[in-house]
Amino acid sequence: MSLTATKSYRTLSGLPLDPVYSQPIDAAKPGEFPYTRGIHENMYRGKLWTMRQFAGFATAEDTNARYRYLLAQGQNGLSVAFDLPTLMGYDSDHPASQGEVGKCGVAISSLADMETLFRGIPLGEVTVSMTINSPASILWAMYLAVAEQQGVSWDRVSGTLQNDILKEYIAQKEYIYPPRPSMRLVTDSIEFATKYTPRFNPISISGYHIREAGSTAVQELAFTLRDGIEYVDWALERGLAVDSFAPRLSFFFNAHNDFFEEIAKYRAARKIWARVMRDRYGAKDERSQRLRFHAQTAGCSLTWQQPQNNIVRTAVQAMAAVLGGCQSLHTNSLDEAYALPSEHAVTVALRTQQVIAYETGITAEPDPLGGSYFLEKLTLDVEEAANAYIRRIDEMGGMIPAIERGFPQTEIANASYEFQRSVELGESVIVGVNKFTEKDEKPIELLQIDRTAEQRQVEKLRSVKAKRSASDVEKALANLKKVAEGTENTMPFILDAVRAYATVGEISASLGEVFGSYTETSVL
Amino acid sequence: MDHRIRVLVAKPGLDGHDRGAKVIARALRDAGMEVVYTGLRQTPEMIVNAALQEDVQVIGLSILSGAHNAIVPRVMELLKEKQMSDVLVIVGGIVPDEDAAQLKRIGVAQVYQPGATLDSIVNFIRSSVKQTA
Repeated sequence: MSLTATKSYRTLSGLPLDPVYSQPIDAAKPGEFPYTRGIHENMYRGKLWTMRQFAGFATAEDTNARYRYLLAQGQNGLSVAFDLPTLMGYDSDHPASQGEVGKCGVAISSLADMETLFRGIPLGEVTVSMTINSPASILWAMYLAVAEQQGVSWDRVSGTLQNDILKEYIAQKEYIYPPRPSMRLVTDSIEFATKYTPRFNPISISGYHIREAGSTAVQELAFTLRDGIEYVDWALERGLAVDSFAPRLSFFFNAHNDFFEEIAKYRAARKIWARVMRDRYGAKDERSQRLRFHAQTAGCSLTWQQPQNNIVRTAVQAMAAVLGGCQSLHTNSLDEAYALPSEHAVTVALRTQQVIAYETGITAEPDPLGGSYFLEKLTLDVEEAANAYIRRIDEMGGMIPAIERGFPQTEIANASYEFQRSVELGESVIVGVNKFTEKDEKPIELLQIDRTAEQRQVEKLRSVKAKRSASDVEKALANLKKVAEGTENTMPFILDAVRAYATVGEISASLGEVFGSYTETSVL
Repeated sequence: MDHRIRVLVAKPGLDGHDRGAKVIARALRDAGMEVVYTGLRQTPEMIVNAALQEDVQVIGLSILSGAHNAIVPRVMELLKEKQMSDVLVIVGGIVPDEDAAQLKRIGVAQVYQPGATLDSIVNFIRSSVKQTA
């Protein structure tokens, strides 16, 4: 009996698949507009992607030790994971922080913590990515202040601030203020970066969290690029010339299980963005038209059952990211369905990238898959489906009105529920979970977060507050509030506040007094 | 009178990852239960008050941040204080085995770790609520 006659084949996003593809489709060469096949002519022959493992736990001391370990293992970029209180603009001693300090990332409350985090790490040489959104400008100001202390001038610091608030309303939900004042803060940092930090990406427009929240690949792509359009609109509105800031916009995508659809997604992303920049905004600089992206393998695809299988999933996902032409990559660790990764697990994850980079031969050829009948057609299909979403959001008046009416949130919730149902029915197979299951699995060794971390952090914060000049802090916060009420760029005033050792919580609360807070209408 | 099982699905703590909570809420609703979803960043006090107001038989707590040991005991205490210990409390999220055992010792009826099926959760609620009704 033929299976193909009865079963319909689709990608994970639901795009239909033909029995065979044989229509040649021309795509411009790597390094040529619209960069479908890659943003560089020689791709990884010129330079490998940056291997950048996202890390942070407990206190700045603990995480500093992990960073030094990762750099010693051959990692070439750092990526800071902050804990939930920091992400939400709370100090470690806030009542809402209880039980959460240092759990999902490192606790940073003041410049003193940031100094410890990068002790012995030369910020002029290592590029650093920081996953922080609502309080992004505060943590970035702390980073720039540490660079100053190290004697590294701002035009030499290089790295990426996530600073993508729109996807917080859409997916990850770590917002503090309402969308419009939040967008003003983002635009402030883009403007500041354009003037003072030419090698720093002030934003990483992120689809990763949209995908983790349960979206399809097509939704991830469409919502992310439409968010990008929103940021460009705001920066133009501010009076910046498109080619002055667009080369520093960077992107961040998920690397999920559907191997070819993921590769098609990255290719379609470059193609759509190049056209948006050239045709919608009239960008002339090629660097504005080239979409650069970081990829992270899909955390949500990892299983608690048979965790060793996660190494294999991650390897396949990482290969998709590399074949899709990523500029930097994080590979998840096998134990991440349980906890933050152990040192052993994160080493295996880093080695996975190194095996792909040095042993497989994939890097020897720019875009090895270009010209595949199937992949080129799938790239077109993904592009078309994403563009249809982008047009719908344009018709709604942009991403903020779309968020306010719950459009992307509802699309994602529907996709996520449908996926879960298909797992439940066995239509989607998850190895070790709903097929090929095992009884009595052996437990794996996990990272234990030192239970004294919260207490140590709170004590450190207390001593920082005792040592600083209270009147300097008061003055800096009063100045910041005044600026927040007006239209001047907030960044220089946030810098003054962090230099006076005002805390994340104090600065964030001061801005909150002016901006107010945001509560979403929950969409089920 | 409506005999549908009433469930409060709650997201306590600072964690904003609500994919699981939303999927569970929809699955319980599709299974014929009446579901109230609290939305994000609920304190134990807010959750217990909502449970009282909505007169639910079940509270489902979704926690992925590792803060369960700080949050769940507080919810259990408040339920006891308000003489609501008959409310069935279930927890879902990233909860290591030893923590799950401890949560059960303080009265949590069931802890669902990653990979738990929607069916098993629905069935557990149905059979437990029937027993106590």
